[in-house]
Amino acid sequence: MAVDATSPFFDWVFYILQNYWPLFLRGATVTLIISLTGTIVGFALGILIGVVRTIPVDQNSHFIKKLGLKVVNFLLLCYIEIFRGTPMMVQAMVIFYGAAMVYNIHLSPLYAGIFIVSINTGAYMAEIVRGGIISIDKGQFEAAHSIGMTHAQTMLNIVLPQAIRNILPALSNEFVINIKDTSVLNVISVTELFFMSKSAAGNNFRYFEVFLVTCVIYFIMTFTVTRILRYFEVRLEGPSAYTIHGSQTVPEAEIKIMGREKK
Amino acid sequence: MEKIIEIRHLKKFFGENEVLTDINFSVSKGEVVCIIGSSGSGKSTLLRCLNLLEMPTSGDILFRGENILEHNMTNSVYRAKLGMVFQQFNLFNNLTVIDNCVVGQVKVLKRDRDSAKKKAMEYLELVGMSQFINAKPHQISGGQKQRVAIARALSMEPEALLFDEPTSALDPEMVGEVLKVMKHLAKSGLTMLVVTHEMSFARDVANRVVFMDSGVIVEDNTPEVIFNNPSNERTRIFLKRILDN
Repeated sequence: MAVDATSPFFDWVFYILQNYWPLFLRGATVTLIISLTGTIVGFALGILIGVVRTIPVDQNSHFIKKLGLKVVNFLLLCYIEIFRGTPMMVQAMVIFYGAAMVYNIHLSPLYAGIFIVSINTGAYMAEIVRGGIISIDKGQFEAAHSIGMTHAQTMLNIVLPQAIRNILPALSNEFVINIKDTSVLNVISVTELFFMSKSAAGNNFRYFEVFLVTCVIYFIMTFTVTRILRYFEVRLEGPSAYTIHGSQTVPEAEIKIMGREKK
Repeated sequence: MEKIIEIRHLKKFFGENEVLTDINFSVSKGEVVCIIGSSGSGKSTLLRCLNLLEMPTSGDILFRGENILEHNMTNSVYRAKLGMVFQQFNLFNNLTVIDNCVVGQVKVLKRDRDSAKKKAMEYLELVGMSQFINAKPHQISGGQKQRVAIARALSMEPEALLFDEPTSALDPEMVGEVLKVMKHLAKSGLTMLVVTHEMSFARDVANRVVFMDSGVIVEDNTPEVIFNNPSNERTRIFLKRILDN
């Protein structure tokens, strides 16, 4: 199909789709790779930091433990504040060109992108996880301690499973933000969706048509991701019914009981 | 009789506030001791100091003659030997009824899962909750939760069981089922230390009743003496107020 400057809007959209779909596809794939990896790594980082930042100290704790935690907490707080307080676009420039200039490390744009999104997400998730942990009822900690669990065992078996379930909505939020925000990585020439769209648009001087297509692709990605994560959230709630098991008094009982309404 | 827990000169401050003043007291094997007193008298704090959920400001806690506060036993090892039942049940919300009773055995006592499950079933049967092993805490009633909490503590086979107002958060019609289980345990010879407002339980089940008022143990005697012939004026006033209601 031939198009020229006077062709109608939809002709152009079809033309772009027909000729540039591999470009869009590659761009969308890179966007997904970066945001997915970044979200997962950032989440792991956030859990780690959130757990460290909620380690309790009391007057009986050892002096070295207290001092060590103070120093570590201070460093972590610096990390969180700096990465939350500066634009990711600027961080990308500083890290990508800084690594090349100061340390002579020439990162590939893709790896640099994944790195930047990861530590950015980590900074946000660290606070979200910390909030998730301190929102768990004190009684859960006390009950675990009272049966002899250490702080680590309590975290791993009792608190984190509950905290993570509570912060899943925030995690899917972060994922969606990452899909959209990877677009700023075009400044370090990561070939993600926005970068690809820009070159497609530039080739044809057709910005509106191309970016409308880009817009739709972004929306399809974010919408699909929220649906998928919502599905997992519901599944993690567990079944609303439970089975009554036979006992010595009622041997064959296998009755399903509907769950009570949740608070 | 062998003393399981002995407290000497225990003091606890919350900031400037002296909550416990020079507490001396002990629990022997097989004893059922009820601690009574009005709200804010320090009963719960005393219990929580015993298994180190609150750190005593000064004083000694001896567990079978060993001083716990001198770091010759880590807190978690010691805590596993004293069970605790809370007013708010505090069942692990992410675990089913059976896993609530299994997780401590596996993680702390390093039992294998199968024998832990067997042990848990034994105690869930005892408290009458064996049919609900797959339920999550939010799916069962308050009385049922507290019975599971008792089974969870028993599964660890502690040397003594501490109860912190176990029936205070329950609807009146559920108090009975929990007290029934506790009476059964008392009869079976378990060492129990119970902070409670259930005077009939204290009178009928306890070997000893301790009356506390504003951070001190005012009276420590058999239930007959405490309820029929208390030697202290404060005990008399408290009991009159409670029993008249």
